[in-house]
Amino acid sequence: MKKHHLGEFEEMVLLAVGVLHGDAYGVSLKKEIETRGERNVSVGALQTALIRLEKKGYVKSSEGEKTQERAGRPKKYYQITAYGQSALEYKKSIRSRFWDAMPNIQLNIR
Amino acid sequence: MNQPEPPKYLLRFFKWFCKPELHSFIEGDLIEMFQERVESQGQRMADWFFIWDVLLLFRPDIIRPFKIFKIETNYMFKQNLTLSWRLIRGNKGYAFVNIAGLTMGMTVAILIGLWIWNELSFDAYFENRDKLAQVMVNQTHEGITYTASSIQVPLGNALKEGFPSDLGQMALSSFKRNFMVSNGHQKLKSSGLWVGTDFPSMFSLKLLSGSIKSLENPTSVLISESLANSLFGSQDLDHSVIRIDNRFDVELAGVYEDFPKNTSFHETKILLPWKNKENFLRNQSDWTDHCCQLFVQLDGRANIDILNEKIKNIPTAHIEQWKEEIMLHPLNKLYLFNQFENGRATGGRVDFVLLFGITGVFVLLLACINFMNLATVRSEERGKEVGIRKTLGSARIQIVFQFLSESLLYAFLSLIASIMIAWVALPFFNQLAQTDITLPTDQPVFWILSFLFALFTGLIAASYPAFYLSSFKPIKVLRNTVHAKTSSPLLRKLLVTTQFVVSITLILGTLLVFRQVQYAKNRVTGFDRDKLITVDISTPELRKNLDVIKHDLRQRGLISDMAYSSQSPSHFTNNNSLNWKGKDPNFTMFFRNVGVSPDYGETIGWDLIGGRDFRLSGDSTSMIINESTAEILGFDNPLGEIVEWRGKNFTITGIVKDMLTQSPYEPTEASFFVTDDFMTKIIIRLPSNISDHDALSAIGQVFESHDTGAPFDYQFVDQEYAKKYDYEERIGNLAAIFAFLAIFISGLGLFGLASYVAKQRNREIGIRKILGASVSNLWILLTEEFVRLVTIAAIIAVPFASLLMNDWLSQYTYRTSITWEIFAVTIVSVLFITIVIVGIQAIKVAVANPIKVIRSH
Repeated sequence: MKKHHLGEFEEMVLLAVGVLHGDAYGVSLKKEIETRGERNVSVGALQTALIRLEKKGYVKSSEGEKTQERAGRPKKYYQITAYGQSALEYKKSIRSRFWDAMPNIQLNIR
Repeated sequence: MNQPEPPKYLLRFFKWFCKPELHSFIEGDLIEMFQERVESQGQRMADWFFIWDVLLLFRPDIIRPFKIFKIETNYMFKQNLTLSWRLIRGNKGYAFVNIAGLTMGMTVAILIGLWIWNELSFDAYFENRDKLAQVMVNQTHEGITYTASSIQVPLGNALKEGFPSDLGQMALSSFKRNFMVSNGHQKLKSSGLWVGTDFPSMFSLKLLSGSIKSLENPTSVLISESLANSLFGSQDLDHSVIRIDNRFDVELAGVYEDFPKNTSFHETKILLPWKNKENFLRNQSDWTDHCCQLFVQLDGRANIDILNEKIKNIPTAHIEQWKEEIMLHPLNKLYLFNQFENGRATGGRVDFVLLFGITGVFVLLLACINFMNLATVRSEERGKEVGIRKTLGSARIQIVFQFLSESLLYAFLSLIASIMIAWVALPFFNQLAQTDITLPTDQPVFWILSFLFALFTGLIAASYPAFYLSSFKPIKVLRNTVHAKTSSPLLRKLLVTTQFVVSITLILGTLLVFRQVQYAKNRVTGFDRDKLITVDISTPELRKNLDVIKHDLRQRGLISDMAYSSQSPSHFTNNNSLNWKGKDPNFTMFFRNVGVSPDYGETIGWDLIGGRDFRLSGDSTSMIINESTAEILGFDNPLGEIVEWRGKNFTITGIVKDMLTQSPYEPTEASFFVTDDFMTKIIIRLPSNISDHDALSAIGQVFESHDTGAPFDYQFVDQEYAKKYDYEERIGNLAAIFAFLAIFISGLGLFGLASYVAKQRNREIGIRKILGASVSNLWILLTEEFVRLVTIAAIIAVPFASLLMNDWLSQYTYRTSITWEIFAVTIVSVLFITIVIVGIQAIKVAVANPIKVIRSH
């Protein structure tokens, strides 16, 4: 089984890219992670994670059009790749295995 | 539309560090977020968040690589070095001058640094150095306090019993004296000491055999490794028996490593136990008899100042004639602070160390200034090169880098050269300075310091050209409009002037030192030191045979005269007090007492100015005094007066002219001569009709034929005395070398500078020539600027140097005067050198064909 090196934060960024499918760029990703992920994200951390994800081949980027709000700066859109998708699924399955093996007594079911 | 904008400077900052390929996208994100925040939270918060965001973007993945052209930097290194190397080869003259100057400066710095380190670490060989001290005595008489290291024997017990908690170990010690040491076949004269039992452990002797407590046995001795090797060929004990002075035997109980050169006990080869019955000193109980030294070791927590207060009055009660106190002088100050004023250590050798340190720094500074100057000059010449490089697209930092690397290359080459030269020069230096210094190539500190220094110099020297030149606009440079100055900028003038101020001061100082030594040497001696030798009466056999030997030598015409004395006329060590009629009971004065045989006066050739010389016999109560003594006694006619010394009455029967036997820089001391004393030396005047060498070898044979129990050993009185100039002469020699170097370095600098300026102005010169100026006119024009600089330097240097010189001279009572001749000679010589150096360059330009020169522009 291929080893996927995916940090906790990187995984979340990757998930966000998947969720925002087609509309994933700096600002939107930041907002998505902050709301759905319930955590604070700095632009720097996000950008670094995106760079790393791209290097690993989990996402690919493309340029968007220039818009007035961004004083003429283009957007960089990210898309998840098939490889990235398999990485996410791998992570998910590993986690499920643990959850499945968890005895019921321990769960604090409310 | 008035859209709020994020802080501009931050945007610029971000643009500066961000990777170009990421920049616009991230910037866009930042701006978008900023706009949103402005709407929801206001401008202020938006700004703060913006700042926060930018700062947090300062991360490795986002920061651009700072090696601008990544591949090219490696290439650049090599290229720069190659270029620098080619430039050196192409301009050998300039490169050589530059490197030579800096090398000399560095060598000087290295040598001085090592010497200073050596001086400062004197006695560092002793582990307990920081706890050891020597007891000094302060004798106050008529308001002046004299400090000396000779103390009285009873002091030892007084301190031991009185202060057991503050003072741990202590040891009395005799002054250095020569012992005749024999193993049965061979006899060697060795310097040694009678020392207390604690001495070896106090001074942490490194023993090669035997125990450190050996001296507890009063018949055991410790000898040094070198003596052991000479006597026994090994350091094994075998408890051999050693005969001392042909008089008594001791047992060898241990061998210690020789004391290194920079220790107080250097050359002490044998240590004998104080308690031995042959040590006459040990029975002394007279508090006025100062005949030995005392070393103490402070207990861990003892504070030396508090202790000094407690102990200082110990001897006071025992001595009525003058006020005497003692004080502890710590070992780590003993060597450097060997001068005292009114009972406190004020300086001494440490002043010289400081002086040399400052001089070294200055000479180094000179060299660095030179280096910078020449580098600057050279780089202006390369302004064109800079211009071209820039048009070809060099970033400014690359040009800076190039100059820096060139300068660093020079600096490191100089460093290597200077270390090699220092290594070669060290033996000569050691001879000159009487030291034993070696290059500390095994100490990392040395290498680190040297490396840092070269780095520092290279960077500083390159700073001006690198930054100034690389900022040129290429067009300006190519059009040659940048450097149209006809005179050097202020900075350069300042540098040259400083160089000459230092050089002139050094030269003046050197001349003064030599003058002072010469002055002292020219002092009237009062007797004739020529062809005079002293021989120690070191064994009882010799003493028995004195008359026979004298008779024998006389018969063979090997001596001109022979006499005996208790001391050598090259230095009187004893001193005592006298009593006479009419002496003020509160008056205390010490006189040098010298025991002599009746023919002493004849032998040394003193000048009897009153009364008569000693009769050959029956004169045991007669005393001859010198002029200074006569003055102090105060009699109108001292002849016939009675004087009491050591409980015995003497009649003054003669007065001699003062003789110069002590320091050449101090006034002569009151001395007196009697025949009733114990003689320890033979004084011989060699005959004038035979060469000294022949006479001495023949005399030696005579001595040995009479079974004296010791090899014939002698000292020349004039040589012994000359040692008193030794320190000053050495200083003078060192100063002369520095002065020479300083002038040389300054001259080099001047040479480089002059050639540059001359070249600069060759167009101007050409025009002037065409307009009718003569060669001499032009020459004056060119040299004038430099002559002015040197004159200014002289004007600054003279008062400054005068101050220093007066200060130095004031330590000598007998001193030469600072006459105008010293200044005149120096200034004239320096001006002469300047004119020659600059003149050569000036002539070259002045004589050049004007047409050619103008055409080249």
